[in-house]
Amino acid sequence: MLSRTADNLYWIARSMERAETVARLLEVGSRNALIPSLSGGYRNEWDAILQASGTQAGFAAKYGDPVPRNIESYLFFDLDNPSSVASSITRARENARIVRTALTSAVWDALNSAYQDLLRMRRTERSKLPMSDLIDWTMRQSMMVRGAIEDTQLRIDGYDFLNIGYHLERADSTARLMDVKYFVLLPQVDYVGSGLDNYQWRTILRAMSAHRAFSWAYGGEITPAKIADFLILNRKAPRSLITSVEGASAHLDRLARGYGRSTNAQSKARALVGELAEASVEDIFDEGLHEFLSRFIAEIAGLGGVIHSSYLSGDAR
Amino acid sequence: MRLEVRHRTLYRFDPAMRAVVQSLRLTPSLFDGQQTIDWAVKVEGAERGAAFRDGAGDWVETTSILGPVSEIAVEVEGVVETVDLTGVLKGHRERVPPLAYLAPTRATRPDAALIELARGAVAEVAETEALERAHALTYAVRDAIAYTPGETEHATTAAEALALGHGVCQDHAHAMIAAAHVLGIPARYVTGYLHAGGEASEASHAWAELYVDDLGWVGFDASNGVCPDEHYIRLGSGVDAVDAAPIRGVAKGQGAEALDVEVSVTQAQQ
Amino acid sequence: MDGDEPSYFNEMFDGDGVRAPYSGLDGWANDMPPELRNLKQSEAEALFRRIGITFAVYGEGGDPDRLIPFDMFPRVFSSGEWRKLEAGIRQRARALNAFLMDVYGRGEIVKAGRIPAHLVYRNEAFEKAVVGFKPPRGVYSHIVGIDLVRTGPDEFFVLEDNCRTPSGVSYMLENREIMMRMFPGLFQENRIAPVENYPALLRRTLASVAPEKCEGEPRVAILTPGHFNSAYYEHSFLADMMGVELVEGQDLFVEGDYVWCRTTEGPKRVDVIYRRIDDAFIDPLCFRPDSMLGVPGLMNVYRSGGVTIASAPGAGVADDKAIYTFVPDMIRFYLGESPILNNVPTWQCAKPDECAYVLDNLAELVVKEVHGSGGYGMLVGPKSSTEQIAAFAEKIKEDPANYIAQPTLALSTCPSFVEEGVAPRHVDLRPYCLVGERIELVPGGLTRVALREGSLVVNSSQGGGVKDTWVMAE
Repeated sequence: MLSRTADNLYWIARSMERAETVARLLEVGSRNALIPSLSGGYRNEWDAILQASGTQAGFAAKYGDPVPRNIESYLFFDLDNPSSVASSITRARENARIVRTALTSAVWDALNSAYQDLLRMRRTERSKLPMSDLIDWTMRQSMMVRGAIEDTQLRIDGYDFLNIGYHLERADSTARLMDVKYFVLLPQVDYVGSGLDNYQWRTILRAMSAHRAFSWAYGGEITPAKIADFLILNRKAPRSLITSVEGASAHLDRLARGYGRSTNAQSKARALVGELAEASVEDIFDEGLHEFLSRFIAEIAGLGGVIHSSYLSGDAR
Repeated sequence: MRLEVRHRTLYRFDPAMRAVVQSLRLTPSLFDGQQTIDWAVKVEGAERGAAFRDGAGDWVETTSILGPVSEIAVEVEGVVETVDLTGVLKGHRERVPPLAYLAPTRATRPDAALIELARGAVAEVAETEALERAHALTYAVRDAIAYTPGETEHATTAAEALALGHGVCQDHAHAMIAAAHVLGIPARYVTGYLHAGGEASEASHAWAELYVDDLGWVGFDASNGVCPDEHYIRLGSGVDAVDAAPIRGVAKGQGAEALDVEVSVTQAQQ
Repeated sequence: MDGDEPSYFNEMFDGDGVRAPYSGLDGWANDMPPELRNLKQSEAEALFRRIGITFAVYGEGGDPDRLIPFDMFPRVFSSGEWRKLEAGIRQRARALNAFLMDVYGRGEIVKAGRIPAHLVYRNEAFEKAVVGFKPPRGVYSHIVGIDLVRTGPDEFFVLEDNCRTPSGVSYMLENREIMMRMFPGLFQENRIAPVENYPALLRRTLASVAPEKCEGEPRVAILTPGHFNSAYYEHSFLADMMGVELVEGQDLFVEGDYVWCRTTEGPKRVDVIYRRIDDAFIDPLCFRPDSMLGVPGLMNVYRSGGVTIASAPGAGVADDKAIYTFVPDMIRFYLGESPILNNVPTWQCAKPDECAYVLDNLAELVVKEVHGSGGYGMLVGPKSSTEQIAAFAEKIKEDPANYIAQPTLALSTCPSFVEEGVAPRHVDLRPYCLVGERIELVPGGLTRVALREGSLVVNSSQGGGVKDTWVMAE
């Protein structure tokens, strides 16, 4: 397959996954704004949300103070924001148009109709578009594309590049989201059982659409250690770091088998999986959660770099 | 005359480039005025290939280097036996019709001043005296553009050089081509080496060839006000300096390019 | 021609009767209830949009995904009519290629005084870079698009030749596909020659001109300027139908004696490049140094026999409007045959006496730029105001060599669906002739229709649409 085609497929997946992550962040933000805070007034998680989506600087430059309405607009519609839902979907559809023939018509239809809807929404008055509808819409589009890929794409190398994109983006966004809130997960912070509510923890789980799954998996009291275990080390959690990295690694291995040759990408992914499989929550807290997450984010970026030079840049010999 | 050439072109890229591809026109032409005794073009670390003789008679070859490329050295070494044919390109095999050398390029497009220069130069010469007219153009260009290094650059056009009144061999050749075109004479840009005796500064050289009925292509070097003789080695031709360039390259990447050239042409010991 | 409206040849109605090729369509449109027609029309549009076949007119604003209007009323040729056209097209394609081989070789036609040397060698499209090179099988133009118009039952004229990269063939294929899906009955009742093997023929043609050095099954790729190009859909459609890679310049690189494609499994050699990029942009080491679309070194590999480029660089010198006048002479000179298809009489404004004639008769003539295309920069005398004519006269006087003029042809009409029902609209035809080891063409081609009432300009950029083109099977 052309390296450029593989690159476009990889970025279709990353962009769609990013759109979904941002939509989930928006949901958390909207929801928290409805919950009274102990100090009076309402919770304001918007700062953290901008930080988690990596758009804080861009937003500040454009709007200054984080007014919720502006944030919503910046995160959903703004094409100046490369991570907005609109930017991500537009980019994914453009990548798809370039490699139209590498996609099934079901996948193309899903991406193209998402884009066409988006154009319609951009022409619609904002007051007629409740944020909750926009969030639902985004999640639905993302799942339709994902479903169309799973149901219709041939299991050839293109399918692997799509999945590698999904898994890497997922690993990155889970790690970033946790990192923004890492301080509330630190055991030494004296929240536990202090009577303060643990809405921060629930916020993290909710942002990963995982709060109910978490309850099923662990039950009982929510503790930082359980959350960290769930989001980092639990193979049952669909967006945990280990699930994502294992997914990427499995698809890299499929590629290597299909091509009859391995690259550094396979060994690097396997090493990451190995490290996570060996780790315990205690090890991670010993290293420092923030330090661990920063290192992990860098490792994921590094893996992305190796995948780029081994497959996507076309420079490999 | 037996001339020995050493020509080293060093490109440095910072940061390194992803890949570099070059088209080389660095082999002496085949014609009665010169005979290659020995010639080698070396490019360290490069894949060579796609070599052929083009319709204008030049030997062209291709080099490519996969990055990271921070440095490329193109090294030419050889010995050529030359004779003086008073500029006439006798015995040169080529297939491109002279009429294809009448179209202006960005570098050779004549402006009002070039038109005036060309017409003025031949005002006193009969139209039938093709060779005399070409000589007249050579002197006119030499007199109008003083040989002054450093005043013009690679992208300077003939019109700009004339307006400036200063230039180097590239500007002289471009001006010659533009002026010849004004008079309806096919003209082209030629690259090569010049054995200048003492100073080696102008050892890499360029001049013009004009198509003179009955004689064919004839070289005219306005920089020196002469026709190429046994001190000249001819490499290749083109419609202008870009087209005829001995080394034409494209590098993939964001690096800044620095260029270092060393050329020497000396009389070989027999 | 007399009166206010000239009489045009109507391809379906001959006086009171229906001409034989169209008999299968008699009553078809009139019997169709307006609701059904509207339904079908929007169905067709939805199909086009769904498959993504849209036409983005370069440089024009508005919707980049604009659909080219599709007219459901087919245009029909009898097998007899087609046989003659086909013979004429093959003849022309052979002569044009012989001409190209000649002018990049010995130039016999020029030496024989049949074509003025300056028209060939001073032509902007003449590439000195390929002089003396013989491409595989001696073919320069592998896809020849010949634009034809009809003015009577037996009168066809060639309007122009396209030897570089004629576009529009995807419309020919998709129009048929959509008609078959929407009106299967029509195809059961009429025996219509299929066109669907075009991609296979194109692939075979391209494979047949692989370089001699190539071993095994040649790898063919289509080189596109990229997804911003207005014809990108066609490039990707053809690549998909042919089962070949669609590449951009950045996907290819030169190493050693060959051109290679960047793939996820490492470099793969490419043997034949069907390029949809102009000569000037295909190699910054040979042509425009600032081109980002091309492949550095590609021309050197081509010249040394490592890859075939289709159509060959330099092929454009054969389809220039100034050379066009001489195509009948080429046919006589190279083939020793008389031309089967006629040229439109053409006046060269470069010649003072012809220019004077043109300036005196602008109101009756069509004037075109020598290098123009797409229906831009032209004057249709009978459809222009006095002011427009006067303004155009000034442009001609400024640069006479840039213009040619032709009589306004009474283009035939074909029934077409319009707002009020069915009405005649002017049409032309572009068949696509493939030249490789053999000369192949599928029956028919692309019919373009001037959907504006009275308009003679069929270009899609100027309000033109397309139709399915039928050749009745024997």
